[in-house]
Amino acid sequence: MEYIVSVWECIVAFFQGETVQYIISILLSGISVGGQYALIAIGYTMVYGILRLINFAHGDVFMVAGLMGVYLSASLPLYVAIPLVIVMTAVLAFCIERAAYKPLRSAPRMSVMISAIGVSYLLQNMATYITGAQPMTYPTISGLSDTVQIAGTPTKWAVLLTPVLVAVLVVGLTLLINKTKVGMAMRAVSKDFETAQLMGIKINTVISVTFVIGSVLAAVGSVLYFTNYSAVTPTIGALPGLKAFVAAVFGGIGSIPGAVIGAFIIGICETIIKGLPSSWDVSVFSDAFTFALLVIVLVFKPTGLFGEKATDKV
Amino acid sequence: MIQKKSKTGTFVALGCIILFLALVVLLENLSLFMDNVPKLLKHTSPLFVVLKKTAVYALAAVSMNLLTGFTGLFSLGQAGFMLLGAYTYAILTVPMENKAQVYYAFGGSALKFSLPDLFGGADTTHGLILGVLAAIILAGVVATIFAWFIGLPVLRLKSDYLAIATLGFAEIIRAIFQWQKLGPITNGANMINKIPTFSSFNIENEAGKVVLRLSTFVPFLLAIICITIIVLLINSSYGRAFKAIREDEIAAEAMGINLAKHKRMSFCISSFFAGISGALFAMFVNNAQAKPFTTNLTYEILLIVVIGGIGSVSGSCIATFLYVACSEWWLRFLDTETAIGDFKVPLLRPGFRMVVFSIVIMVVVLFFRRGIMGNKELPDLFKRKRKGAAK
Amino acid sequence: MKKFISLSLALIMALALVACGGDTSGETSGDQTADKVVKIGVFEPASGDSASGGKKETLGMQYANAETPTVEIGGVTYQVKLEIADNGSSTDKAPTAASDLVAKDVAIVLGSYGSGVSMAGGPIFDEAGLAALGVTCTNPNVTAGNDYYYRICFLDPFQGTVLANFGMEKFEAQTAYCLGEIGNEYDQGLITFFEQAFTAAGGKVVKDSFPTNNSDFTSYLNKAKSEGADVIFTPVSIAYATQIITQAGSLGIEIPFLGSDTLDDNMVLEATKGTNIQLYVSTFYQEGGNPEFDAGIKEYINSNSTAKDANGGNDTISAVTAMGYDAYYVALEAMKAAGSVEPDAVKAALGAVTYTGVSGDIAFDEIGDAIRDTAYIKTANTADGTWTLETVQKAN
Repeated sequence: MEYIVSVWECIVAFFQGETVQYIISILLSGISVGGQYALIAIGYTMVYGILRLINFAHGDVFMVAGLMGVYLSASLPLYVAIPLVIVMTAVLAFCIERAAYKPLRSAPRMSVMISAIGVSYLLQNMATYITGAQPMTYPTISGLSDTVQIAGTPTKWAVLLTPVLVAVLVVGLTLLINKTKVGMAMRAVSKDFETAQLMGIKINTVISVTFVIGSVLAAVGSVLYFTNYSAVTPTIGALPGLKAFVAAVFGGIGSIPGAVIGAFIIGICETIIKGLPSSWDVSVFSDAFTFALLVIVLVFKPTGLFGEKATDKV
Repeated sequence: MIQKKSKTGTFVALGCIILFLALVVLLENLSLFMDNVPKLLKHTSPLFVVLKKTAVYALAAVSMNLLTGFTGLFSLGQAGFMLLGAYTYAILTVPMENKAQVYYAFGGSALKFSLPDLFGGADTTHGLILGVLAAIILAGVVATIFAWFIGLPVLRLKSDYLAIATLGFAEIIRAIFQWQKLGPITNGANMINKIPTFSSFNIENEAGKVVLRLSTFVPFLLAIICITIIVLLINSSYGRAFKAIREDEIAAEAMGINLAKHKRMSFCISSFFAGISGALFAMFVNNAQAKPFTTNLTYEILLIVVIGGIGSVSGSCIATFLYVACSEWWLRFLDTETAIGDFKVPLLRPGFRMVVFSIVIMVVVLFFRRGIMGNKELPDLFKRKRKGAAK
Repeated sequence: MKKFISLSLALIMALALVACGGDTSGETSGDQTADKVVKIGVFEPASGDSASGGKKETLGMQYANAETPTVEIGGVTYQVKLEIADNGSSTDKAPTAASDLVAKDVAIVLGSYGSGVSMAGGPIFDEAGLAALGVTCTNPNVTAGNDYYYRICFLDPFQGTVLANFGMEKFEAQTAYCLGEIGNEYDQGLITFFEQAFTAAGGKVVKDSFPTNNSDFTSYLNKAKSEGADVIFTPVSIAYATQIITQAGSLGIEIPFLGSDTLDDNMVLEATKGTNIQLYVSTFYQEGGNPEFDAGIKEYINSNSTAKDANGGNDTISAVTAMGYDAYYVALEAMKAAGSVEPDAVKAALGAVTYTGVSGDIAFDEIGDAIRDTAYIKTANTADGTWTLETVQKAN
């Protein structure tokens, strides 16, 4: 009995110690970063699942959503501005799909990917032009920006909200894909493009719906992300976008829970690497680690954690 | 008959190249012989800077085209291999006397020799030429060695997975070169400058006055030699094997082509030339630093390849010139606020140039899907014309 | 047929662009008939990572140009025209931007913000026989060994030492946590010099770097806390500095921050407002140092929406703006001293120019660096979002 008490005391002391506080703070950062990646990764994985297209512009759509948040909230109250941002981001993604990807539907996959790179280039340059290349400060959203103390570490409500929201979204989207007609159509299109078309599915509508859902999530992600990290710059979407893609691959492309789990693993690993003692001098490799992880997954388990096994057709 | 025809073709091509190089030398030196040359042809004109950059990027684009256009391997690791080339070149050619200054943050370089100095010093002709050549070739070799190792795991992947994995490796390479712990070799975050550049090849007289400019000729010469080698390779039996792999991997394998071997070969050769173009890049910007070798550089080169036409070497070269000149020279007026009389032209302010330029790119990508040349080469166009005339 | 059309269209496009290019270069050479004009090249980033700083520096030159649009050289009055070229904060775009300025026949070049682009563009100016006057590029290698490059700011070794000494004296700091962007020669260079001075004085330095485009700094800040840092030194560019300060604010970090001249920026200042952050930056100029200049430029910024946007939306004066202003006048002095607008003559005269600007006395040593022994250290007043002068540090 005494033994148990002393162990318990040790545990309590341990949890009050500075090291643990530090570990908790690192984990919180990891969850926050991972949650953001997850919201972007869902969009990636859905689009890839259907079109087999790495939508390089997705990260930039996320950035544009952030910019719209800055500009709209300057003239409108937040409860109008934020829904408007989400709607406008969806419209933007719809337009991008129709203008840049739809004409290339019969073209080789590489052409579509290049078109995506072109769109990303265009969005970044437009953003540079409009902002005058100045970092823009995202408005504070009361409630989300307020700080709370978790085990002695201050953090923002946005950080705590993100995983909850992501979990809700995963359940919702899984239901959507498995139970609704649109979801069924999505699954059909991702299995076989042409057959689905022959069966009377309006693939253009399905693809547009996919893009709209992905961009709405990116817009929601941008609100949470920029509440936490307030500066919006034209290139801010590029890196989270790429990492979200890595997360999607890691989880098995096409699988929404997979993408989310992949995103959290990557986010947490990355912050742990950043948080390792400075004397090791390895924080430089936090990005490199993500990409190394990607290569390892691709080589040893190309279908990711939850991906379906693809069969090659001759 | 066919044999003979191709022989004349070779001579014509060779003649054209020599003529072209002669023209470059002539244009560059016009301001030395004549007093009243048009502004465009003065040696300080942006034309020559653009031409130098074209030579550097054309080689990078053609090496990428060899991989994507001719072998059907979509790799986005070009920037990483260029970085390897640039650093190898710069590390090996910093003259001994400049090392202390360049590596000031690390108390000098760990490398106690410099190639041009080994061959007699960077200020002597043979020292410069031999040193720079050796460094350039080593730049390619280092890139090839890395490519060989990276290729082991990566080349088993297909299409977009290959693209994203190579992109990942390029990022990893960049992180390694930016690591401060490797500072005594890579100079950490600082740039390695004071290296022999294109301008070092200008011939000066005793008074230090330039008597013959070769600073545009040299990059063109090097790029053309490399591109010629790539063209010869494409037209060899290996090139035909690459094309077969591009068209249909399974069919190619059935025809007895060793897929793994040929893919690796194409990847390594492409990286070799990417490494050389990286070395030329370092000469062009007068330094080596990891910062510019981001994925954006790869995207730029990829766009050049697409604009020129995937599978066309001459297309890549023409597109490089148009791309560089358009984005950094001709459209520059869009960046400055201009007023015609009292009317202030709307929209014109810094950044507009790149917006217009990216719209042009999107138009090309969407409406001219096959690029400028498709998969044709420059001589093909003349051939068709002649045929049309005969009719 | 289709191919032919697309080809010919592409050709027409290309030709049209060639024509465009020809036009612009023709225009610039035909200026001789008008009033005598002398052109000053402005080699600054207007896009890319350092755009924010580059624009503020350009703003100072534009204000100076609006204030003194003419100059009398050798008895002739010249109209001064600024030719601005965007170097894109990138070394691979710098050479073409530099050659664009050369083609516009400028007499001298000012800039750039950021040492890397200055070093990449420098040789182009050298070949054209132009002198370049660095405004706030603080890396030693910009001028060392390059007889055409001069600068009016202090150097990284000086700035790093000043901040290290200040941290030691003011906070009795034993441990300093240094955070910079990887692969950025400005950040890493300053950290190196800071470390040298700080460890020489008996302190301990913990160094860390974050990857480019990083947004989450909370793990670094928590690490600084857990490693027992007494000061945090962050010589990073403006966008990162804003992020770091904002996140430190919400984490409630009470460790004082030391920053370099890049942190002297109103966006960073804005981020400190209403927090408990202690931020000290070393800089070239303190608002209030020259009331006349302050009032003038504030009026200029407020009357001009483009200028206000370039200054980040308010009228707090950044030190780089004051430096840009001084650089313009140094350039005029050089042309006056040369008695000519020929680049060679201006270049020859520049080294001997002395000038008393708003940021202090300017004179050049034999390398081409400004002889400066003063850095202003100012602190952010978090209550009302202004800078307060903390101390003036001299080199010892």
